[in-house]
Amino acid sequence: MTLFYLFAAVAVLASLLVIGQRNPIYSVLLLIASFGALSGLYVLLDAPFVAVIQIVVYAGAIMVLFLFVVMLLNAPQEDTEYDERVHPLLRPGPMRFGAALAIGLLVELVWALTRGTDTGGFPDGSVSSVAAIGQSLFTDYAFPFEVTSILILVAMVGAVVLARREGPR
Amino acid sequence: MTPLFIAQIVLTLFVFVMLLNSAAAMVYVERKVAALLQQRLGPYLVGPKGLLQPIADVIKLMFKEELRPKAADAFLFALAPIIAATCAFAAFAVVPFGADTTLFGWLPSSMRLQVAEVNVAVLVVFAIASMSVYGIVLAGWSSNSKYSLLGGLRASAQMISYELSYGLALASVLLIGNSLSLREMVDGQAGTWFGIIPRWFLFLQPLGFVIYLTAGIAETNRAPFDFPEAEQELVAGYHTEYSSMSFAMFFLAEYINMVTVSAVATDLFLGGWHGPFLPESLGWIWFLLKVSAILFFYVWMRWTLPRYRYDQLMAFGWKVLLPLAVVNLLVTAAGVLYFAA
Repeated sequence: MTLFYLFAAVAVLASLLVIGQRNPIYSVLLLIASFGALSGLYVLLDAPFVAVIQIVVYAGAIMVLFLFVVMLLNAPQEDTEYDERVHPLLRPGPMRFGAALAIGLLVELVWALTRGTDTGGFPDGSVSSVAAIGQSLFTDYAFPFEVTSILILVAMVGAVVLARREGPR
Repeated sequence: MTPLFIAQIVLTLFVFVMLLNSAAAMVYVERKVAALLQQRLGPYLVGPKGLLQPIADVIKLMFKEELRPKAADAFLFALAPIIAATCAFAAFAVVPFGADTTLFGWLPSSMRLQVAEVNVAVLVVFAIASMSVYGIVLAGWSSNSKYSLLGGLRASAQMISYELSYGLALASVLLIGNSLSLREMVDGQAGTWFGIIPRWFLFLQPLGFVIYLTAGIAETNRAPFDFPEAEQELVAGYHTEYSSMSFAMFFLAEYINMVTVSAVATDLFLGGWHGPFLPESLGWIWFLLKVSAILFFYVWMRWTLPRYRYDQLMAFGWKVLLPLAVVNLLVTAAGVLYFAA
């Protein structure tokens, strides 16, 4: 239980600090720390495969890309076009929309947390075995799995189209 | 405190010290082999045949001044070498290097020659390898120097590109071994075909082995893929601004990563500690020999091949190595389906 609270505290603290950072590099690093803590929680849930995949995919691959982009842009400070001291709700359009979304998320979180503890958990051992995960991924969840891959393919094609140079070479 | 528990702690410390030693030994071997390939003598003054040269180097590094550029990000500048060295040591924890042993009867029950047995060991090695890029990238960024930054950017681009081929090569050999545990992979390679050919996965996955080694060279930033520290263009790349022991930590990480990549290759493709002539209890000798052979190959490659151009490296990774790895995986999967049915 101590370990659970340790990992949970790190995850929550790091996630909060991500949005509190001025320097985007630190935000990226704190997000990695948060992912690491989440991975620790997965280990405690007896799901080592999910824990390792969390590190490989999110902390390893995706965040390296984030860091790469942040470093390439080399933006040490966030550019703000508005007055820092004004309350978020009183700032121009997009800010107000973001603040409304954040409030919506907060309400949703409180609602979900007070709804009780019935989460419809998996049967014993089904998340710790790689074979069981693969089995259910390619039988029960085959449709969502394939649809996700098409979604990623669409994003890839989109990136290629955007990056392609027009005109004669 | 059972004897087995104490033995496990001693084993962990032993692996740590041996990894440190392996880095020192690799520095010596690298310099000696490079010298021989270039018809020089190499280090020969300190100790017999220059064998104590690495120790002299370490002592020199310890007495150097620790420098930090004024405009550097102090926290990340200090953190980067720690990340690099930690990841290098951590990855070896799941690598088995010998059969179960009772240490010639000292222990009541047999002990695994491995720091930690994890049932997804291959993925753990892969995950830690993908984390080690942060050490290099952060070193490059936090130094606040253009050469370091370029080195760091190159490192991240290169590692993203080659990690895919690396992972696919791993996936195809895992299909054959039908396990994610390195120990079970090694056990699947015991015995021989027709009494002479060892049942190594190398013979079922020759292309996978070549892809793994090539991507492994890129992952460890070794020549001919050593762009993050290409000295002719970037002074010393990501560790330009580092000195003293923090520089030594990057150096250490590079060599230990080499050892880990070679050890994993031995476990996955070369049958681990299985070999003829020696009893099972002395299998670790075979393991050491195989790892040394791959390490020698690494050094040999470095001093034989010139560095590629950067766009060539990227084109090779995405247009040659990745398609090859995908085809290899598809063929392997089809083969496994066909022969298992």
